[in-house]
Amino acid sequence: LHVTSKPRVRRRPLWRQRAAGAGSLVTGLLLAGCGKQSILSTRSPQAHNIMLLWWWMLGAAVIVFLGAAGLLVLAWFRRGTAGLPFFGERESVPEAMVVLFGVAVPVVALVALFGISNVYLIKQTSPPDPRTTALTIDVIGHQWWWEVRYPGTGAVTANEIHIPIDTRVNVVATTADVIHSFWVPALNRKIDMIPGRQNRVLMYASRAGEYRGQCSQFCGLQHAHMSMYVFAQRPAAYRAWLANMASPSRTPTAAGAQAGRAVFMSNQCASCHTIAGTPAQGLVGPSLTHLATRTTLASVTIPDTPGELAAWIADPQAIKPGNRMPDLGLSRVQVNQVVAYLETLR
Amino acid sequence: MATVVGPRGQQHVDRLDRVWTERPGLLGWLTTTDHKRIGILYFFTALAFFGAGGVEALLIRTQLIGPNNHVLSPAVYDQMFTMHGITMIFLFVIPMTTGAFGNYLLPLMIGARDMAFPRMNALSYWIYLCSGIFMYVALVTGHAPNAGWFDYVPLASKQYDPGTNIDFYGYGLIFNGIASTAASINFIVTIFKLRAPGMSLNRMPLFCYAFLAVAFALLFALPSLSVAALFLELDRQLGFHFYDAAQGGDPLLWQNLFWIFGHPEVYIIILPAFGIATAIIPTFTHRKMVFFPLVALAEILVAFLGFGVWAHHMFTVGFATLTTVYFAAASLIIVIPSAIQLFAWIATILTGTPVFKTPMLFIIGFIVYFIIGGLSGITVAAIPFDQQVHDSYYIVAHFHFVIFGAAVFPILGGMYFWFPKVTGRMYHEGVGKLSFWLTFIGTLVTFFPMHIVGLLGMPRRDYTYPPGLGWSLLNLIESLGSYLLAIGLVMIVANLFVSRFRGAPAGNDPFGGDTLEWSTTSPPPAYNYPVIPTVTSPYPMWDSDDRERDNRRLDRGEGLLELGHETPASTVQDAVADEILSMPSHSIWPMASAFTMAGIFAMLLLGHYLIALGFLGAGGLTLVGWHHKGAMA
Repeated sequence: LHVTSKPRVRRRPLWRQRAAGAGSLVTGLLLAGCGKQSILSTRSPQAHNIMLLWWWMLGAAVIVFLGAAGLLVLAWFRRGTAGLPFFGERESVPEAMVVLFGVAVPVVALVALFGISNVYLIKQTSPPDPRTTALTIDVIGHQWWWEVRYPGTGAVTANEIHIPIDTRVNVVATTADVIHSFWVPALNRKIDMIPGRQNRVLMYASRAGEYRGQCSQFCGLQHAHMSMYVFAQRPAAYRAWLANMASPSRTPTAAGAQAGRAVFMSNQCASCHTIAGTPAQGLVGPSLTHLATRTTLASVTIPDTPGELAAWIADPQAIKPGNRMPDLGLSRVQVNQVVAYLETLR
Repeated sequence: MATVVGPRGQQHVDRLDRVWTERPGLLGWLTTTDHKRIGILYFFTALAFFGAGGVEALLIRTQLIGPNNHVLSPAVYDQMFTMHGITMIFLFVIPMTTGAFGNYLLPLMIGARDMAFPRMNALSYWIYLCSGIFMYVALVTGHAPNAGWFDYVPLASKQYDPGTNIDFYGYGLIFNGIASTAASINFIVTIFKLRAPGMSLNRMPLFCYAFLAVAFALLFALPSLSVAALFLELDRQLGFHFYDAAQGGDPLLWQNLFWIFGHPEVYIIILPAFGIATAIIPTFTHRKMVFFPLVALAEILVAFLGFGVWAHHMFTVGFATLTTVYFAAASLIIVIPSAIQLFAWIATILTGTPVFKTPMLFIIGFIVYFIIGGLSGITVAAIPFDQQVHDSYYIVAHFHFVIFGAAVFPILGGMYFWFPKVTGRMYHEGVGKLSFWLTFIGTLVTFFPMHIVGLLGMPRRDYTYPPGLGWSLLNLIESLGSYLLAIGLVMIVANLFVSRFRGAPAGNDPFGGDTLEWSTTSPPPAYNYPVIPTVTSPYPMWDSDDRERDNRRLDRGEGLLELGHETPASTVQDAVADEILSMPSHSIWPMASAFTMAGIFAMLLLGHYLIALGFLGAGGLTLVGWHHKGAMA
């Protein structure tokens, strides 16, 4: 079990080099191609060490299971004979066995497990000291989507979190309504979002890529459709993304998009959604300021394509029953105009 | 060991039959105070709820059989998994173990003629039945609880769940808790005071130790649940703010109160299973339990330590690290009494001469699944790992191995084991073994892949999931496994049902059991034993001299207590007979009393507080009837 305790600056951390151990190999073989949300396909030292802990625990558990089950198999073979081989029927022998396997061995194994996981490893997965992090992101759970804010920059988005690689990020997790739980398995443990509390968790990615996350505390009807993506980017790409996010929305030039903007502002859309730089300042639904840059809609329920977006606006309850967006009764033409407008929000 | 009762003995038996006879027919069942008949009522009611909870599970598995499936709507799915949890825990396992097994067997095992408070026993049953119907009315009318069996606020608050769904949960659990509280008091007094002369605490069967531990755990754990549910209803109905963070309340108060009950509850569920295992293993291995005193101590220790671990359900709420570390340490300590029992069972089987009949097979299945569930339990006491897999399918796998594999398998084995005693007939051994293998393999195929799907990141309680994350095939396997499991369970019930009418006569003691219940007839008479047995060891049936002496005493007319509806009481520790208790007989009032309580809770739910008050008054009147001397006859 290798542990990193300091903020890292090396491009290729030591733990990565050692990661080609037996555990990772098995993981790779078993789970190739399906690890987007797996705790066994990790991209940070924290998640990696938890994974190593798991493989060691699994190994120990297999030994214990085989040992105990082996005794039962032995009992089956000796079912006609009382007592034990060599020891006969002396009662002190099975009693000693109970003390050995029921007390002595567990005490040793449990003390070891406790030390490794709950004294040593826990330091890495505890909330980070804010002095050791380079960036803070506020993530706010809503029924059923994630609001993502970058304090001090004005950037606000939803269901997608961009972070620079090799950077310790302080995620502040809160909720706007019920309890949710923020979880990106490839990067770190989960943390609950609880009314009246401000929880924090470290996020760190050592390799560029997209990592799937999902709410893991039951939060109502659409708990199943409350996912998100974390995009870990090289620092330059991240800075460019953030600069765009922090800027207000563009004013459309094409006629169709302009008509769509008018439909958006004169209907209920604007009372629930914010588009920075316009009169739309609603706070009920996700910010749409740069909607066209996002890859999915409705918390990773459908892809963000013009066709899917039109279907969503036309009948949101058909796609994600129970979500807070009503059917606005827009005509087919109006829907297409709104889609044309939203597609300009890059 | 069937003994022929001589003509003089027969006269005494006839007289006891007359003294202990209850009303005939349906009225007899409604007014019964016989612990065995109440046990049978509990059994069939719990079995019906097991069927309902099983159908809910099959619907859940059918919805999850493939990605983006539309068998159930999200709203119905939420009600299904919530009712599945509530049903299996509150309406099946606890009533089945304490209500059916405990009620039927405990007085028999300790040589008593009934429970200490027979009418309160009947009251417990009727309350349990009413509370179950109360919550199922919600399901039938489409308003079932839908925030999960642990019902976290604020999702369960009026603001986010304005219907009556959660009120059925809150009032239903308070109501149900009255039954369990009354039952646990009854068990404690029965075990402490009604043991046969000579059955000092160190000679009490381990089955009784397990039930004693459970009774104490229930008694101390339930108030926390009742208070939590009371606060919930005060918040919902009268606008209190116990759980409202915006008004200075705290949603974590609910979680703490719930799990202060909820974790001891896990041991309340599994300890009776331990008790059943320690009753079955000596019988089929033909030897005494290895290290009896340590096993008895371990049973009690598990129940006690179970009160100190509740926050391990809350490792992700953001507690200070030190808090989580304390609860993880306490959770790891529980491994030790559990491992002591595990290896005591294994050592007993290993050094005995085991015969693998159906009940024993279920105990072997129990041991195997208890090891798996126990080991996965240890892994989640490693806090960082728990913080990864918490609320994922890994946890669903873990607690189903513990609660289904380790708690329900002994129940199933126990059903086979005591079936001959209860019915006087044998079950079909071949079908029994087949039903075991179907159930065993079904359990493995249903629940084992859940570990993997959890590690691959699938959260629990999702009504559907997308393809492409490696979850689909595993979910398909789980669903197919659940159908196999259902076939196995139906086969068990069918075997017992057909054997009830077609089985070969069983005799008093078909398996060579070690505890007292095997010395009486199958089924036992209303008064259990014509002669109050005397006990000189923890294995009274293997002391054949004692049992022959009891038979001689019957002929001589000693130790009969045939003059009235009576049972002897003894001292708490040494079980020296010190008193003869006059026991109340059959009565309609416990049922009437439970019905008025059901009225109170139904009216509270509907907001008719004045009518609820009326039912409270009627409840008072039923107590007058209950205690009126003339009504006793």
